[in-house]
Amino acid sequence: MLSKRIIPCLDIKAGRVVKGVKFLGLRDAGDPVSVARAYDAQGADELVFLDITASIENRKTLLVLVEEIARNIFMPFTVGGGISEIEDIRNILNAGAEKVSLNTQAVKFPELISSAAKRFGSQCIVVAIDAKKQGDFWEVFINGGRTPTGIDAVIWAEKAARLGAGEILLTSMDYDGTKNGYDLKLTKEITSKVNIPVIASGGAGKLEDFYNVFMKAGADAALAASLFHYGKLSVKQVKEYLSQRGISVRL
Amino acid sequence: MKIAIIDYGMGNIHSVSKAIQLCGASPVVTSKKSQLSSCAKIVLPGVGAFDDAITELERLGLVSAIKEQIGKRKPFLGICLGMQLLFEGSQEAKNKEGLGVLKGQVVKFSAKLGQKVPHMGWNNLGDILAGCPLLKGISDNEQVYFCHSYYPEPSDNSIAAATCGYGVKFACVLAKENIYGVQFHPEKSQAAGLKIIKNFVELC
Repeated sequence: MLSKRIIPCLDIKAGRVVKGVKFLGLRDAGDPVSVARAYDAQGADELVFLDITASIENRKTLLVLVEEIARNIFMPFTVGGGISEIEDIRNILNAGAEKVSLNTQAVKFPELISSAAKRFGSQCIVVAIDAKKQGDFWEVFINGGRTPTGIDAVIWAEKAARLGAGEILLTSMDYDGTKNGYDLKLTKEITSKVNIPVIASGGAGKLEDFYNVFMKAGADAALAASLFHYGKLSVKQVKEYLSQRGISVRL
Repeated sequence: MKIAIIDYGMGNIHSVSKAIQLCGASPVVTSKKSQLSSCAKIVLPGVGAFDDAITELERLGLVSAIKEQIGKRKPFLGICLGMQLLFEGSQEAKNKEGLGVLKGQVVKFSAKLGQKVPHMGWNNLGDILAGCPLLKGISDNEQVYFCHSYYPEPSDNSIAAATCGYGVKFACVLAKENIYGVQFHPEKSQAAGLKIIKNFVELC
């Protein structure tokens, strides 16, 4: 039986792991390879690296970092941040990442999803969606949560899946970094509409939050950052808890 | 021992290369025919689309070289797409045939199975064939990392050395004489995956 996945997320800025609250107030959380190694030892199922200040100058640093991680960590990982063309995707995959995560550029040019899926296969194309509740819908934000788009996140998720995305990485901007639990309504709305795996992100603060996002919102994987970075919970603790509550995880 | 890792621009050779090194062999990342013949064993990794992969292998003149080395009984391991390419064809392919060294087709997970596609994440191995050198020390229910939308349907089921269940039970490890194939990613499957790579290095 396919296990539910627990995925630590490492936000990368200028080669370091950082973490903020609601996308602001960044604090240093360590060296990426050491942090990745520690999660490997805890039994994390995957890692996500998001280059949150992606720029052309940063691009080479990022590729060197991806190679470094691939040489040290024998687990799947996804890389995102500033990916704008097929060439970027090719470079990141060749450097050893399992998957790439597209966000801003996919919203601006949705055909990037279809051409990337055609070239590299859907299984390595993740579409990340940063969503915030606005009245009666969830709005998609781009540029690291800075720019509203007017687009409905649920409709965008369905479109991304149709274009060939292999997975949705769904972050609730309202819940991000708050430790108040995942946005179950948003997550459920999307898992019930698309037939590709959904990684829920934003808000994990206690063990029960993970149980709820799998059992009540149908997520396939749960992502967390600050909770793990600052050692409040370990990946192993979360998985042991889920296993005791009857959820299939890899121990 | 030198092990060739075929580099044909289809992703992800760092982890495979490092894993082989950790298991005590010397990886040779190459796209040259001569290297395939001078190495003791060959690994064909691969991420991406079937047609593109065959096109690249053809462009590099490696299709016949791979068949020749397999014909000489050199131990060969195909990983994910690299395994799928060994079959006669794939539902993913528009206009290319596979290498045909294994009989059968590669097919897509049907929407009727009621499972999300791609099959992505950690899943159990089952029906492990006793005596398969690649799987020595690996037991049923060991979890490995999958990331794929297509799976192999060998004509001869006896080449299945392990299966996985995802709406359908499919062969996820294949073993036929010197030819081995895995649908999952041993280079991304932590301790269990490294054990399988070590087995390939030492026992196959």
